[in-house]
Amino acid sequence: MTPALDADPALARDAAHERRFFLSLSLPALAVVGLAAILPILWILRQSFMNLGGEVTLANWTKILNSSLTWSSLQTTFVLSGLTLVICIALGTPLALALASTTQRRANLLLIFLLLPLWTSILVRTYGWLVLLRREGLVNAALQNIGLTAEPLPLVYNTTGVVIGMVHYMLPLYVLPVYAAMRDIDGNVLRAAASMGASLGQAIRTVILPLAQGGILSGSIIVFVYTLGFFITPAVLGGGKVNPIAIRIERTIGGFQDWGGASVLGVPLLVVVALIGAAVLGLRRVAGPRHA
Amino acid sequence: MLEPWSDNRVARVLLWSIAGLVFLFLMAPTLIVVPLSFSASDLLEFPPREWSLRWYEAFFGSATWMAALCVSLMLGVLTALIAVPAALCACIAMNRLGGRPATVIYGSLLVPSVTPGILLAIGLFFVLAKLGLIGTLPGVLAGHAMLAIPVAMLVLYPAINRFDWAQVQAARSLGAGWARAVTGILLPQLRFSLLTAGLMAFLTSLDEAVISIFIASGEMSTLPKLMFLSLRDQIDPTIAAISTLWTVLVAAIVVVQALRKSKNAS
Repeated sequence: MTPALDADPALARDAAHERRFFLSLSLPALAVVGLAAILPILWILRQSFMNLGGEVTLANWTKILNSSLTWSSLQTTFVLSGLTLVICIALGTPLALALASTTQRRANLLLIFLLLPLWTSILVRTYGWLVLLRREGLVNAALQNIGLTAEPLPLVYNTTGVVIGMVHYMLPLYVLPVYAAMRDIDGNVLRAAASMGASLGQAIRTVILPLAQGGILSGSIIVFVYTLGFFITPAVLGGGKVNPIAIRIERTIGGFQDWGGASVLGVPLLVVVALIGAAVLGLRRVAGPRHA
Repeated sequence: MLEPWSDNRVARVLLWSIAGLVFLFLMAPTLIVVPLSFSASDLLEFPPREWSLRWYEAFFGSATWMAALCVSLMLGVLTALIAVPAALCACIAMNRLGGRPATVIYGSLLVPSVTPGILLAIGLFFVLAKLGLIGTLPGVLAGHAMLAIPVAMLVLYPAINRFDWAQVQAARSLGAGWARAVTGILLPQLRFSLLTAGLMAFLTSLDEAVISIFIASGEMSTLPKLMFLSLRDQIDPTIAAISTLWTVLVAAIVVVQALRKSKNAS
């Protein structure tokens, strides 16, 4: 918009008209997301202060906050997300490094194996783990055959099973940003490190990991935020014994018809996700270049 | 990237063995269900002692599973038909408006992608219950379209931003209206991105389980919802047959997309 354009009233009117037209183009998408996502999220807040008769009350909050089940499920939620995050970093970072160190062609081929599980139904994968990890499953049979264990290990219907399922779901989503960050590292920097006598370990520690930390941070945030709300994996692989907040919410609605209580349980999840979102936006504003 | 250390064999072997094990870990649960789906026994034994197609017959012969399959496929197609045009229009708007309005639209449309599914599910459950739309097509479709719009947007937005709008201006200066300029110039150039966005919107809907568990009851029960319910009760080998069919479908889509991408790149 140059000043000359603004000066002409007819052109300015035209520009304003076009602006309104483009704003209206965004309305269908905004309407769907607004009515089916944003309004429902706000509704959870409202519902948390209402009893079944529709009157405003604090009873839901006092009841849920005084229940020990609430605190144990919050603890379970953070333990599951934390464990999943640590394992994703431990397994995913070397994988990303291996992918980044090979040719683009070979990496693209290997990425298919990363994308395939990503697009396979969560239920298919959960079913696969159930079959593999059962008492009589393939993993236990293999462990006993090679003599590592005498008895079948309890690998599923407990925290182990849920964490395995969660890591499996999140690993591709962690690897992709880390791989992208490592691909962007200038090969000359590494050549310089090598010519100064850095060993591979030193180069990874002091050059590659610091330069890839943006990707590692994004990957970690994705893993942590996603796993906080996981429902299918704990519901199937936890076998009723591992109950993070999402499972408590479903039970409170399905079992007790307690909409207000379920809403209260949803609020901490909402707050944590919103805080992390705000922190990411803030970080980007402080550190990164501005995007339109 | 690690060429300067290419004489370090030990490190390379170590790195690639970790990578190999991780790939095995990623593929194992998907691959294990394929032989099981052809087993004759209902005991999930591996390797199966006898082979049969009975679990495929069980799936295709069951009215309940077939109804759920139809619902899921229909929802997937409808979701793509809503999400892709809506996301396309929003991307054009963001590209042309720029600045703060674009940021606000982008941020709002991303909400379903960054909110835990369980929250979207119960919130939508409350709202739809108020409207009496639980277990109806409009209700479930709204839930799936809302999830698919950001997915389609993330595919289409970079493509629209790469597009050279001078072409549209040229067409318009030659007398074409907006609609003609967009259908004649923009859409043909975006066709690959539109196809990708459509497939991803379809898969998003096909794979959606959490929202369906809460709001897709009765006749609107989707395939993932039925799979979830039957997984919670017992390990039925019919699920292995469904899983195999599903994996083949997704693998075909992913491989075709990857091949086309590498062809386009070269």
